[in-house]
This record gives sequence, C-alpha cells and structure tokens, in this order.
Amino acid sequence: MRTNRWFTPWVLVIPALTWLLVFNLWPSINTVILSFTNARPIGGGHFVGLKNFETLLHDDQLRWALLNSVIYMVVCLPFLTVLPLLLAVLVEKKLPGITFFRTAFYTPVVASAVVVALIWQWILDDRGLVNGLAEKLGVISGPLPFLSDQWLLLLSAISLTIWKGLGYYMIIYLAALGNVGRELHEAAAVDGASPLRRFLHVTIPGVRGTMILISILISVSALRVFSELFILSGGKGGPGGRDNSVVMLIQQYSQGFEGNLGYASALSIVLFFVTVVPMLVLARLNRRGAEA
Amino acid sequence: MTTVQDAPQRVDATATPVRRSRSFGFNTVSPREKVVRYVLLVFVLLITIGPFLWQLSTSLKGSGEDIYTRIPRLLPAQPTFAHYKEVTDTIPVLDYARNSLVVAVLVVGGNIIGASLAGFAISRLQFRGRKIVLGLFLATLVLPGEVTIISQYVTVREFGLANTLLGVALPGMIGALNVLLMYNAFRALPLEVDQAAIVDGANAWQRFVYIGLPSVRGTISVIAIFAFIGAWDDFLWPLIVLTDPNKYTLTVGLQYLSGTFSNNPRLIAAGTMIAFIPIVIVFATLQRFFFKGVEEGAVKG
Repeated sequence: MRTNRWFTPWVLVIPALTWLLVFNLWPSINTVILSFTNARPIGGGHFVGLKNFETLLHDDQLRWALLNSVIYMVVCLPFLTVLPLLLAVLVEKKLPGITFFRTAFYTPVVASAVVVALIWQWILDDRGLVNGLAEKLGVISGPLPFLSDQWLLLLSAISLTIWKGLGYYMIIYLAALGNVGRELHEAAAVDGASPLRRFLHVTIPGVRGTMILISILISVSALRVFSELFILSGGKGGPGGRDNSVVMLIQQYSQGFEGNLGYASALSIVLFFVTVVPMLVLARLNRRGAEA
Repeated sequence: MTTVQDAPQRVDATATPVRRSRSFGFNTVSPREKVVRYVLLVFVLLITIGPFLWQLSTSLKGSGEDIYTRIPRLLPAQPTFAHYKEVTDTIPVLDYARNSLVVAVLVVGGNIIGASLAGFAISRLQFRGRKIVLGLFLATLVLPGEVTIISQYVTVREFGLANTLLGVALPGMIGALNVLLMYNAFRALPLEVDQAAIVDGANAWQRFVYIGLPSVRGTISVIAIFAFIGAWDDFLWPLIVLTDPNKYTLTVGLQYLSGTFSNNPRLIAAGTMIAFIPIVIVFATLQRFFFKGVEEGAVKG
C-alpha cells in the first residue's frame, strides 16, 4: 500500500500559502509598520512616530467620511436585510420562466460598480431620466441636484448600493429558504395560518441566522463603499470633499506627489477598527441566538 | 443547508395530479396567486434591468435625436451604432477590454489551480500543521481587502510590478475564500472512497485528479464565475496599480472616458455597454452552473 510522502500535502498547499503570506498576512503587518512612516507613492519614506495618528484626530475629511459611512450603514441595513428576503420568497416558487427572472434580478450584481454608477449618473443627471419624469409629472419645478448636493449625492449613492445589492442577498436567502422545514410550513398551513402569518412565524425565524450574517455583510460593505461615491461624484467626493468615504480617502492618498502611503495606512487602520465593530456585534447576536 | 431548488417537483406545472397531491397542498399555485406573482416579478424586472435598457437605448440614439426629452423615450428614433465606433476610435476601449480579459484569465486560472490544490490537501490529506494552515485561511476572511490595499500596493511595487497587468492580477490569483470553498467541497466526499482508492494503490495526486476534481465541478464553476466577474469588475485595485493609460483595464478606462466625454451621455452609454454586455453574456451562458453550484455549495455547507 502506497502512502503519501510527507511533503506531498505541502507541495499542494504551498502556492496558496505563499499567496496568503505575501498578499494578505504580510500586508496586514506592513500596514501597521507603514502607518508610522511618511512613505510616498514614489520613493521611500521615514519613521514619523505617531504623527499620522495625531493628524487623523483633526482630519475634517475623515470626520465627514466616517459620518457618511455610518449614514450609509444605517440606511442600507433595513432595506437590504428585508427586501432581498421578499425577493427570495417571490422567486423561490418554481413557476415557468422563473430562472429568467432569477438571472435578470442578479444582473445588477454582475455588472461592474463603475458601469452601474455611470448609468445612474445619467439617470440622476439634471436632464436625466428621474428629473425628466418628475418634471413631466409636475412633482418638481426645477431639476433636483442629485449629483451636486452633499446629502442628495450621498442618498443617490446609497440607493444605488441598495439597488445593486438586492440580487446578491436574494441568492443567499434563496439558499437559506430551502433550509426552512417544509413540514413546518405545511403544519402551519393545515392549522389555517395565512401566508403572511406563515412568513412572519415560520420563514423569518427559519432564516434568522442568515439574516444576521447578511446584516454583517451589509454593514461591512457599506463601510467599505468606494466606486459608487467615486463615480457619482466624478472622483471629487462631492462639494468640498464632504461625500468621501474612508476608502476614497485611502485611494486619494495612494497617488501623486501629494500622496502619503503612511497616512493612507493610518486611515486603513481606522477602517479596520470601524469594520470590526459590526463583526463583534454579529458574534454576540449569534451567541445569544445559540443560547436561546 | 439545503438548496435553492431542492425539489424540482415541489411546484411543477406539469406534474400529474397524483404527484401534486403528494407534494404540499399549500404550495401549489392558484391562478390568482400566479397572476399576482407574475405582476410582482415583472415589476421587479423593470426595476432591476430597466436602467440597463435605458442606457442601451441612449447609446443607440442618433446624434440628431433629442435625448433630453421631457417624456423619456426608450426606443431610439434614429437607431445608430455610430457612438460605439466613435468611442472605440477616440479611446482604446478594445485595448482596455483586452487588458481586463488578460487580468481576468490570470485570476480565474490561478484560483482554479491554487485553490483546488490547497483545498484538497487541507481537507483530504493528513499532515502536521494542517489545522494551523486552515486557521490562517480562515483568519484572513475577517480582514476587508481595502484595509491592506496600500501595503499590497507597496509589495507589488517592490516586485517591480507597479503599473503592470501582472501586478493587477497577482494578488487576486489565489483567494483565501476560494481555498475555503474548495476545502468545503472536497470535505463532503465520503472518506471510504479515498480509503478504497488508497487500498488500490492510488497516490495523493491520483486521488485528487480522479476522485476529488470530478465531484467538485460545481464549486469550481462558481469560483471561476465569481473570479471572472470580480476581476472584470474590479475598480479600486487597478486604479491604484495602473498609472499608464495604455494599460488601463476597462473599468479604469471607463472612468477616464466619463471625464473626457462628460458632456456626451451617448458616448458614455456606448462605453458602459461595451463593458457590460460581455459580462452579461458570460453570466447568462454560465448561470445554469452558477445556480447549480450555489445549490451544491449550500447542500454541503
């Protein structure tokens, strides 16, 4: 009987392990190291101690970015936890042509955020679809500045993110729905429970775990938003840069003569701590769920 | 977890009455419910693909045609492909598309090979340090990619790969998540099959090729589809790595295009369609494998 030579598993694992070390683990350590330097996008830098972190404390741009992130998260959460579940229930039943609808609902997920944002830029333009329709219907007298007003721009980006995310979370819920015991549904139906009651008392408790997972995914991705805001604001981050996200700031510091990779790394560390919060909340909720 | 569509007969329009009575009564669709469902489906359809159709229509509207009409018109009055030609003439959109393709192919290939090898080893082979390796892959999931993007750039720059397509592709060529997905897929195989193969004298490599791979095709196709879409759609990373406009990938080039032609929505529309249509074709062709793979992953997860 031939057995493995001791190194066989390692030969298989080493490519992936190398990638992990070089492109994940080392960069995470190096982010911390870099955050104490003023490294430039071109050429080197040197140790500056805690200077970057002091600057962070007084950085107005960062304050706006964090506020935007929190608003982003708070608005996205309810919409993206509930709407995709309703969609999943809608496409769960195998009707003729349902595959077409599933695929079509997934299209915005497949399209690049850049493509989607460019399309929405045109839809939300002063002379675009939404303003044209609203004016035609007499709802507004002049175009609404979806792309130039600080708050409307943020709201537009948020709507775009919600719209683009629907199909993605729908698929996750769809997989989870198959998990909800059909016997429970059947029993409830036999007892005369209406579809609404069955949804509230069988479906929702059945996908509770998935809901928590999805909430966490939504929160983290809302905090990481980049492309939507970048494209909708034409790369400028809105009036006075007040529509930047943390990732947009990181990107801005990553290039040019004004760039500062050290400061960008310090911002990355802020981003890390901000995204860890929802994950800790999830872990707690999950534990409580297990005890209950 | 179970599946997206675990019981095809659950609501099957063609099912015989006998089968229908065996499947669950409340789950059959009354004509009224059917109408309501289709109305809702079409409503959501309009919301999800309407914007794409609107953009497609804008890209086909003739230059003489007023695209700023108060009543938006979906069908172009003077349909033309002129804007597609103009975009490709002014900006090397096709070169950008080729650049994106190069990156996507590298990323897909790297992930299929790297992740399935590692996933197989961690799930099917015994070795010292196996648990630690698995833990390392799991640990990286907590870290959003954007957090390390700057030092990733520094690493790629030190390799002398800043401003190259290889530099764009390299970090994503073996994703930790994909390794874990493959790990999960291989783990679902019964151990007895492996033991039988070992008795028959199969070595690790043979078991990987003849037993492992054929049974995880669903997961591999999901990984391939996601890797392709991810690489084709990515924006932030190529934006950071690439400085030379000749090397831009499609997304970065599009953003450049929108700056150049900000006053001509028809051209931007044509550009976005050039980036959008290929990915939709790829997805529409492979969606069967995608939904099946999601199902397979879900069953075993």
